[in-house]
Amino acid sequence: MRKGLKNALVCASIPVLALVPALPFVNRIKPVILGLPFVLFWILLWVALTPVFLLLADRALRKDDAGKDEGR
Amino acid sequence: MTPALAIILGVILVSACVGFIAGRRVPMNLENWTVGGRKFGVVIMWLLMAGEVYTTFTFLGASGWAYAKGAPTFYILIYGTLAYTLSFFILPEIWKIGKRLGLHTQPDFFAHVFESRALGVLVAIIGILSILPYLQLQLAGLGMIVEIASDGAVSSTTAILLAFLLTSAFVLTSGLRGSAWVAVIKDILMLAAVGIVGFGIPRIHFGGIGRMFQALIEKAPGHLVFPGSAPSMGVGWVMSTVLLTGMGFYMWPQLFGTAFSAKSDRVIRRNAIIMPLYQIPIVLIFFVGFTAFLVLPGLANGDLSFLTLVRKTYPSWFVGIVGAAGAVTAMVPASVLVLSAAALLAKNVYRAGFRPQAEDAEVMRVSRVMVLVVSTTALIFALAFPSALVNLLLIGYDGVAQFFPGVVLGLFWKRVTRKGVTAGLLVGIATAAFLVFGKHDPFFGLNAGFVALGLNALIAVVVSLLSRPSPRKAPA
Repeated sequence: MRKGLKNALVCASIPVLALVPALPFVNRIKPVILGLPFVLFWILLWVALTPVFLLLADRALRKDDAGKDEGR
Repeated sequence: MTPALAIILGVILVSACVGFIAGRRVPMNLENWTVGGRKFGVVIMWLLMAGEVYTTFTFLGASGWAYAKGAPTFYILIYGTLAYTLSFFILPEIWKIGKRLGLHTQPDFFAHVFESRALGVLVAIIGILSILPYLQLQLAGLGMIVEIASDGAVSSTTAILLAFLLTSAFVLTSGLRGSAWVAVIKDILMLAAVGIVGFGIPRIHFGGIGRMFQALIEKAPGHLVFPGSAPSMGVGWVMSTVLLTGMGFYMWPQLFGTAFSAKSDRVIRRNAIIMPLYQIPIVLIFFVGFTAFLVLPGLANGDLSFLTLVRKTYPSWFVGIVGAAGAVTAMVPASVLVLSAAALLAKNVYRAGFRPQAEDAEVMRVSRVMVLVVSTTALIFALAFPSALVNLLLIGYDGVAQFFPGVVLGLFWKRVTRKGVTAGLLVGIATAAFLVFGKHDPFFGLNAGFVALGLNALIAVVVSLLSRPSPRKAPA
């Protein structure tokens, strides 16, 4: 697998890990943060962070493409 | 005429006009009609995708679940985000193949990648059967929204007939471009309405969002963590459901097809990066449902909690704006659903199944006839047998999600065969149908569609390894 793709997959899977397998551990009301029950705050936080991680993934992928161009 | 009614009718008419005008300067061939000539840039792509993704379900279902079930409604935030993350990797590859081979629809993809016309027809039929109930749901939602928002001045039936005639008309003239431009109006109205109502309602009734949650935590703390007030929707159900719906999301024929309309794979990737932000306003809709839980307990139908509370809180003209936003929110997805089902019927059932020699111009003509056929069928179901399709709807998501293994394996695994994918698909659909109709959903705490999906993927891999490699166009 290309290195950029691998890095991109790693970046993109971080929010996924936070939003799926981590759920049983954050399924609670306390602490209430910004007025929101903790589980809702957690989900919202990671939804909002997802674009950041996808942006990093995008940069990793583009590094691959740039490398390909040089090789030509 | 009340102000509410005038606003609702005005917005519906203006939207339809925009839809008409959108396609005027473009010759309507199959390419322009189904995939907007493959010319959509980041902005219009985002508006269209957002327009399709936020359906009446967002208005009624998200708040209805917050009201009736509580925390399980949070799954909506998660699955969308998973879907966009997956689309970041998968959709650009689908787009590339679509561009190279000139594909318009999802069955085109299956038929070409696996070089099997029969598989294309099968995928088309499953797609259409999944679209119809979804379309009916949009219609029913639209009727309900307009009837309540206009205080009964416009009956549900009238609203459905009017909005749907106009929607089919602009689908006929403008194709996907029409939907994209109406989506602009829709997105603006929707975001404005949701923004005002989502912050406003907790503030008016409790003095703020934090205080509303405080009251809710005191009254019913269990409502706010999984499984909320729905005992079968524990954390295992949530995890399997977000995985199933996240994977199934872009397998809806109409969303899969939208991928072909992008100008480049970059556009799709950028779109995937920003789309999760569009999930955030859904939280505001939850707030309305939670507030309704506290101030309007005991509603028979939780899906009505949003509109009932809006009507109780705001003056008539503003209810009109919310109602109008709700109506266009049904029209945009409905238009794309009609368009996709018509294209599937014409291109992938009529041509692929019966008239392989048909030219594109003929397929285009048949597509237009199919728009009328699909619209009329959905109308008849929505008006005459509103509950007949409920069973299909239960299984719609489970059904389209079964395409996922085929798409992913077709894109990324050279050894996959048409036999493998077909067998997996059939087993997946059969399993989902058996579990859902046999009332085994959730199955040991897991979403039944997810169980079917696992079996589907397993069968696809095993049968592929056992069968002779079939000739197929590997991704470049």
